[in-house]
Amino acid sequence: MNFWLLLLIKVGLILGVMLPGALVIIFGELKISAHMQSRMGPYFAGGRWGWAQPLADGLKFMQKEDLVPADADATVYKLAPYVVLMGTLATFVIIPFGPDLVARDLDLGIFYLLAVSSLSTLGVLMAGWSSANKYSLIGGLRAAAQLIAYELPLVLAVIGVAIQAGSLSLSEMVTAQASWQWFDGLPTWINGFVSPYMILQIVGLTIFLVASLAELSRIPFDMPIAESELTMGYLTEYSGLRFTMFFLGEYAGMVSMAAIAATLFMGGYWFPFVSDDVLNVLGPVILVSKVMLIAFLFIWIRWTFPRLREDQLQTIAWKWLVPAGLANIVVTAFFKVVF
Amino acid sequence: MADRKLPTVPFKGLRTGMWLTLKTLFKKPVTVNYPLEKETPVPRARGVIALDPEACTVCMLCARECPDWCIYIEGHKEEQPPAKEGGRVRTRATLDRFDIDYALCMYCGICVEVCPFDALFWSPDYEYSEFGISEMMHDKQRLTYWLSRVPDPPALETS
Repeated sequence: MNFWLLLLIKVGLILGVMLPGALVIIFGELKISAHMQSRMGPYFAGGRWGWAQPLADGLKFMQKEDLVPADADATVYKLAPYVVLMGTLATFVIIPFGPDLVARDLDLGIFYLLAVSSLSTLGVLMAGWSSANKYSLIGGLRAAAQLIAYELPLVLAVIGVAIQAGSLSLSEMVTAQASWQWFDGLPTWINGFVSPYMILQIVGLTIFLVASLAELSRIPFDMPIAESELTMGYLTEYSGLRFTMFFLGEYAGMVSMAAIAATLFMGGYWFPFVSDDVLNVLGPVILVSKVMLIAFLFIWIRWTFPRLREDQLQTIAWKWLVPAGLANIVVTAFFKVVF
Repeated sequence: MADRKLPTVPFKGLRTGMWLTLKTLFKKPVTVNYPLEKETPVPRARGVIALDPEACTVCMLCARECPDWCIYIEGHKEEQPPAKEGGRVRTRATLDRFDIDYALCMYCGICVEVCPFDALFWSPDYEYSEFGISEMMHDKQRLTYWLSRVPDPPALETS
């Protein structure tokens, strides 16, 4: 097929999964958070259950004036939301939706993933610096400190999976989880239990989830935004469509982080006793349901815990997650070499 | 450090919190969907102040005590024929205007408390919001209408 046509289809499909996914999660968050606080949440927009509320919010944001502060570095300021959104969307290039349903299966997939997701950090920094606002600046600095601190445990958690799967490609990681094997040399009766790495790599999964919450700046780790201290952090000056981009980027980031976690630890598109041919059709559905499960966990955590202090944030990263991640690598590597 | 107790079970607080939010998620919300469903207020709810114009003597006590100055009273004196032939001509205060501006009222109830002739009452009605702030001024007629909604006074004790 024509390269450009194929590219167009792939981009269309990725956007077609990602953006509605983000909208569904926004709506889910509105409803779940409401019910967790014994409220009803959106009720009237669009009829039943207020399903059209995220769309209505989006339309409202689009009508707002696109303000640029007089002292702002206009070019950087205007570019920042797109950098954030682009960094998030780009992660979906290598997420496998089925045995053959991958936009591009890179050999160094996981490196690409971590590199690209750091791009959105750059966008946040751009927003914080260019807004010419002290709240934004402090928010941006906090975001930088936080995202640098948590990038490390994220990578360490992923290395455990990479060692166990023996590959850096996401598709092969899924295949490794589907192969019903813990480690090559183990007796069959042990290997028979198998399952995705969420059991074997439970430490890795925990580290990954905590770190991804911090990477997404969601509530227990939302110091960069911290509305009670910093108004809205790096988002303070944004309005209208650009704010929508940030907003969408946050939730699209949730989709992508959840998709990565699902692929690395929960077997991605794979489901026990389903053949590859069927997985090519059902794979996206399975992956999306796993993504929604993790997204629910994110929402659940967000509406349960209060915001941490800045020093607690750094303590968790450097004193707990990084050592735990290193220990996890050592143990995984030990088993990999011994068996 | 001596009096600082370490938690006995690790992550107990986290688990308790997560369990609580999960439980609440599956409970029925306490929200009453107001325009669609309505809560019945308690019989003596302090919804709106009602006026009994027959009992009012235009003494102005309520208007003077009102902390928000939201009560407007105007009246005049009318001469009454003497009770007996050749007696003194009596005067009687008549109420011309009695308005309460509910845009100002803070529902403290001091006017109801202070009225020496039981001309003011609390009525449990609460649905009288308007689109314009000037329409929040309730005149004598409207305040009298609220009187029909006031529950009867409690029965006298028998002993």
